[in-house]
Amino acid sequence: MNILTVSGSPHVYTEESVSKIMYGVVLSLIPAALVSFYFFGLAAIMVTITAVASCMFFEYIIQRYLIKGPVTIFDGSAVITGVLLAFIVPANLPLWMVVIGSLVSIGMAKMTFGGLGKNVFNPALVGRVFLMISFPVEMNMYPKPTSFSTQLTDIVTGPTPLAMVKEGVAQGEKVSDILPEIPEYANLLMGNMGGSVGEISAIAIILGGIYMLIKKYITWEIPAAYIGSVFVLAGILWLIDPTYYVDPFFHLITGGLMLGAIYMATDMVTSPMSRWGMIVYGIGCGFLTIVIRVFGAYPEGVAFAILIMNAFVPLINRGFKPKRFGEEVKNG
Amino acid sequence: MKTFKSGGVHPPENKISQSAAIEVLPVPETVTIPISQHLGVPANPVVKKGDSVKAGQLIAKGEAFISANVHASVSGTVQKIDEVADSSGYRKKAIVIKVEGDEWEEGIDLSKDLVKDITLSPKEIVTRINEKGIVGMGGATFPSHVKMMVPEGKKADYLIINGVECEPYLTSDHRLMLEKAEEMLVGIRIQMRALGVEKAIIGIENNKPDAIEHIRSLLSDYPGISVEPLKVKYPQGAEKQLIKALLNREVPSGKLPIEVGCVVHNVGTSVAVYEAAQKNKPLVERVVTVTGKGLKSPSNFLVRIGTPVSALIEAAGGIPEDTGKLVNGGPMMGKALTDINTPVTKGTSGILLFPEQEAHRKPVHNCIRCGRCAGICPMGLEPYLLAVLAGNKKFEDCEDENIMDCMECGSCLYICPSGRPLLDQIRTGKSEVGKIMRARHK
Repeated sequence: MNILTVSGSPHVYTEESVSKIMYGVVLSLIPAALVSFYFFGLAAIMVTITAVASCMFFEYIIQRYLIKGPVTIFDGSAVITGVLLAFIVPANLPLWMVVIGSLVSIGMAKMTFGGLGKNVFNPALVGRVFLMISFPVEMNMYPKPTSFSTQLTDIVTGPTPLAMVKEGVAQGEKVSDILPEIPEYANLLMGNMGGSVGEISAIAIILGGIYMLIKKYITWEIPAAYIGSVFVLAGILWLIDPTYYVDPFFHLITGGLMLGAIYMATDMVTSPMSRWGMIVYGIGCGFLTIVIRVFGAYPEGVAFAILIMNAFVPLINRGFKPKRFGEEVKNG
Repeated sequence: MKTFKSGGVHPPENKISQSAAIEVLPVPETVTIPISQHLGVPANPVVKKGDSVKAGQLIAKGEAFISANVHASVSGTVQKIDEVADSSGYRKKAIVIKVEGDEWEEGIDLSKDLVKDITLSPKEIVTRINEKGIVGMGGATFPSHVKMMVPEGKKADYLIINGVECEPYLTSDHRLMLEKAEEMLVGIRIQMRALGVEKAIIGIENNKPDAIEHIRSLLSDYPGISVEPLKVKYPQGAEKQLIKALLNREVPSGKLPIEVGCVVHNVGTSVAVYEAAQKNKPLVERVVTVTGKGLKSPSNFLVRIGTPVSALIEAAGGIPEDTGKLVNGGPMMGKALTDINTPVTKGTSGILLFPEQEAHRKPVHNCIRCGRCAGICPMGLEPYLLAVLAGNKKFEDCEDENIMDCMECGSCLYICPSGRPLLDQIRTGKSEVGKIMRARHK
């Protein structure tokens, strides 16, 4: 017989592990990836591969040569950051810019704070915002969707539906005159519109979200509070003046809202712990998204909204505690 | 189906010994009976080396308010009174008896006849339970007679019987409910009389449908007792969670079940109460599950207190070659044993064998702030936060974050995908906060 091991209880442990969760999330992104590969072709594949490879590369370099600690590039977290970063940039973005975005995501947003679990802000979103500010022209040329093509240059580009509405309204057009220029809602739902690599298909993203809910990688509170508050706020504006404000359903299925609400805002590391904390955080994200989309300088507000709410997470965690057992006595 | 609302986990049940009927384990050659097998003050030995004793004879007296009598489980000669490692791993005083024959103290009814008529008065019942050394047999080993004395100004309206057995692997309560159901039911009636309550509920998780069925078929003879099937969820066998599940009453933080009119006793305790009150028999034997995936014949044994664990494992087919860990109790709250000859005590519900590859913790990774520990904590605490605070020696903050509400069920450490030692750090915090609180009262 071996020497007996003595350790504190419990003596059984869940099968779940960090890397299982991370690769599970990657798996759930496959439908969204397939849709984008279909509409944006080889360009989307190249951006995704470049982002994942450079995120892993930079994590390796930093862990091996700067921190001189253990290398954890295969735990899946760098892969997710890479995929998510690729999903929120245009498919025809020059690949060297993708590499720079990856460096900012991994180096600045993740490793500077101490690596996995220590970062305050969602790394992929930090990378995207950095790219948006540094390369505003390239980050605003969205390729028009076609069926699968291997073309990498001279792609026809155009504004996203959100940008079309924003510009049109700014020039005094009515929403009802702008909408016919945009694909029908059924088409938008599938992902047939201009936009970032992986954000276009609401249906594919919702499918991934359902998978993550079943596997308990996410809980319902953040997506529901986020999407719900966007719908309600956009709905109120629309009811006030439908010629000036676009309808709430449009807000839900265009831009990065679905990807943001289901994949970005729910990032375990940068979101609150308690149920009510998550709901408050989700509502905050929704509120800021609509404020930026409708009144701000950018047509899209998801990235900024989530990053701003990330900064509030420590405060939210302090203010919204789980309900303690036996705290308020209810009998009956 | 009822269950407690917030938190909880569902580890694989692994009830591999559930169809093994209770077998009587032969009396060993020597028994080692610790004088502290219960929560509270250790009992004082009333025998000395060389004394000959009979089975059922008092050998150590519980003299403090929270203490319990200890009886000889065999007949023979007291060989020595020595310090022996018990299931906690600490060396504690124990009475070692060399077995000679199997002679019982007079007045103890060893027949199997069911005695249904309850003749003792409530006061006599409490005295009897105290005399016979009955303690909570679910594992916490709180002296039962103390629970039967309702404090001034409080009133119990429900007796809750814990037949949940929410710990994976363990099946001793399950077997008792199948094989000694009538004894248990009489025991419940006795406890109801002592407490002066009209209603008792037996909570049983629905992974034991045969036990639910069997007890229900006997209920017509036992007024006031009902059976409530519960959805399988750990830690439903914890008093506060069980009361919440059955009656939706929430025991306030830092208070006892009597605060919401409940007294909770275990199935095994109820059988022991029956034997004490109706048969005059002290608590000298109990049912112990011996189980593990590598074990040849996982079993449920009726064992004399003080029998070495090694004898149980031998009877269940011998210790498998690759055994890496022995646990006294269930896998969630049980204690890892330091010695295969550790004696069975009143609180030993099971002996669990883990193979070497399951004997170790998972590798520890960074906390990814997934919040699962906070989501499943049945007490609504934030284990990740408590662990950090305790690790940084911020014990006042630990107290503010209700660390003392933690019952150490182990769900947080079970669920953590990063394998973090959450409960270990919380235990450290609790012990330090306990010191601070005691210092404040002085």
